[in-house]
Amino acid sequence: MTYMHRSLASTALALALGLGAAAGHAATLSIGMQQEPTSLDPTADATASIDAMLTQNVYESLTIIAENGEVQPNLATAWEVSEDGLTYTFTLASGVLFHDGTGFDAEDVVFSFNRAMAEDSVNPTKGIFTPVESVTAVDASTVEIKLSAPDAFFLFNLGQGDTSMVAAESADGNTATPVGTGPFMFDSWTRGDRLTLVKNPDYRDAASVALEKVEFRFISDPAAATAAMMAEELDAFPGFPAPELLPQFEADPRFRVNIGSTEGEVILAMNNSKPPFDNIEVRRAIATAIDRDEIIDGAMYGQAVPIGSFYPPHGTAYVDLTGAYPHDTEAASAAFEAAGIAGSTMTLRVPPFPYATRSAEIIQQQLSEAGIDAKVENVEWGFWLEEVFKNKNYDMTIIAHTGTNDMGNFARGPDYFYGYDDATFNDLWERIRTETDPAARDALLKEGQQYLSDQSVHGFLFQMPLLGVFRTNVEGYWASAPVLYMPLRGVSVN
Amino acid sequence: MGYFILRRTSGFILTLLAVSVVVFGVMNVLPGDPALTILGIDATEDALDALRRDLGLNEPLLNRYGSWVWNALQGDFGTSHSFRVPVADLISERLPMTLSLAVAGMVLTVIIALSLGISAAARHRKFGDWGVMFLSQLGIAIPAFWLSILLVMLFAVKLRWLPPGGFPGWDEPVAAMRALILPTVALALVQSAVLARVTRSSALEVMRQDFVRTARASGLSQRRVLWRHVLPNALVPIVTIVGMQFAALVTGTIVIENVFYLPGLGRLIFQSISNRDLPTVQALVMLFAAIVVTANFIVDLLYVVIDPRLKART
Repeated sequence: MTYMHRSLASTALALALGLGAAAGHAATLSIGMQQEPTSLDPTADATASIDAMLTQNVYESLTIIAENGEVQPNLATAWEVSEDGLTYTFTLASGVLFHDGTGFDAEDVVFSFNRAMAEDSVNPTKGIFTPVESVTAVDASTVEIKLSAPDAFFLFNLGQGDTSMVAAESADGNTATPVGTGPFMFDSWTRGDRLTLVKNPDYRDAASVALEKVEFRFISDPAAATAAMMAEELDAFPGFPAPELLPQFEADPRFRVNIGSTEGEVILAMNNSKPPFDNIEVRRAIATAIDRDEIIDGAMYGQAVPIGSFYPPHGTAYVDLTGAYPHDTEAASAAFEAAGIAGSTMTLRVPPFPYATRSAEIIQQQLSEAGIDAKVENVEWGFWLEEVFKNKNYDMTIIAHTGTNDMGNFARGPDYFYGYDDATFNDLWERIRTETDPAARDALLKEGQQYLSDQSVHGFLFQMPLLGVFRTNVEGYWASAPVLYMPLRGVSVN
Repeated sequence: MGYFILRRTSGFILTLLAVSVVVFGVMNVLPGDPALTILGIDATEDALDALRRDLGLNEPLLNRYGSWVWNALQGDFGTSHSFRVPVADLISERLPMTLSLAVAGMVLTVIIALSLGISAAARHRKFGDWGVMFLSQLGIAIPAFWLSILLVMLFAVKLRWLPPGGFPGWDEPVAAMRALILPTVALALVQSAVLARVTRSSALEVMRQDFVRTARASGLSQRRVLWRHVLPNALVPIVTIVGMQFAALVTGTIVIENVFYLPGLGRLIFQSISNRDLPTVQALVMLFAAIVVTANFIVDLLYVVIDPRLKART
């Protein structure tokens, strides 16, 4: 049956049954998610899909990050920052209710911060709160936060899932029954299958919310995800797992394919504390040996933007450094020869993500052309976290760093898995981190990109794309994601 | 018989105990920190410590194992590290789905395999026999996940007769049954290929025996001879394979549940191993082991029912 026939038949059936189904269906959205969460509390679990589903939809934070990365008011409608950048005074939205009916006020902000900062806190990004000295409720709708040192990213960080505002009455139950203040309320969760949200009728700007019901379905297998979209079980798959399967959606008039950007820099990380990677010439030779275009074509089916340093191409401070080490197998081979490591063996331990395993095979080939024998070891995620990330037991690996403003990774000292310890960069990052003037900060960030590229700390490969497949009647989805969440407030089905 | 049951029961307990030691040991030797898997790569050292304390991971290994056994004996399988709910709840949520799938898969396997196997034997060295042998060869060669994808492409995407995956739960019986059709077929087709071959060769063996000739000579119809005389006598090897296949079916659901995104135990164990969720993995492996041991036990009992001569040996 052709599509035309089928829709005619179903229209006829709907008419025959006298169903006004269209109106009811239009306000419901079924969304495919690749990663299944185990808990629903973004302040206690780093699983990205918790943020993707719940942050700024069910939970809200004081600020919210817009699609272009700009910090905007949210639960805090306005704020003032003192001259020295140490005192922030937030004015809170009034009349806000948690989904369980309790009111939101300054005490909840104090509670949320204290909970995240407490000694027994299991907040996955507790580092955000390190500069916070005190959080005080001035009155019911005013909160004063004092920092011990200026923090350029503080307002941005307040818009993350880790800083979600929760209530003392409900916080402990958030792992299974999330209670927030957002435009959608948690409805149900069948672990392993689906999670449902419904519109919050008491939301302060309820008129701006088009969807009545949102259903997330957990489908990890790319072929199954394709089938579910094709069978119209789903309306949207905002983080589609397989670039190689996109052409069939592009060719189908029922769907729209979106290729946007994320904050994920994909790098060929090298263990800088370990020979031969402590030798800058070796790192530069590796950068010269790899051909990004070939990697992007092979691993991402052409759907990614190359990077030459550790900063996203869509950012305001971006400098294009992809030409710093032009691909040149002979030059790389000569450099390996000069460093006395030609013909030697290195391991490339990669986590079980398609972008990483596919890139690894291509890089292995490119390095072998330049006279280096790279052994690819595909390891499981738990193993990677323990052996590569925690114990630094690796030569090279491939990983996407999905955090925002994460150039500070290079200033994490010798214990971080980069094994990179460089006083010049540490100093530069300290200046970036405390510089509150955006223009001056961008200038420093440019300097940082230059420096990291010059030091060739890692092989910088490409920016992780955001691949989305949507039915053509779904509108208002973000095309690019500067954070892990995607607000559903502006999304509609027409 | 009493001695037989006693022996099997103590074997059952010892098997489970051995399994629990192995799982506990392997999960602890395997590199991977549950706290790190939950909190991710931006977690600070003190947050990781707090979580490890919460999860009781700082206790010495032997103490943890001891208290696990003690609690398990009282029916408490602990709390999942990653889901933070009792493991028993997780399992009881998902057991109906996996069991429905495994049982339906088994029933369909037996139906397909017996009909094909017996009819192939009846048409020995004729076209029908070759056809069944060819199909079963194909069935053995095709991986279950690939077959699943083909089924989804045809029946869910192209024809739209059935959903491509998901399970609405038994609260909606019709939708639940529809959701289970494709996974059951995918599971059964591959399994029945093996069983059909066993049925065929076992039936052929019996058909060569004198009593079959006698039955034919006494004027019984071909069908009656096959189903009343040949099949019952060919059952011992068939039941052995069915018992082994039931275990394979339960584990085979891991693949099927992934392709059809069904919320069953297979996906749960896969996810729990990745998350280093020891209590959940421990309980699930024990459950799978118990199912396998029970299936073998039932097979042994069935032998006696099928062939009373075997009673003397037990």
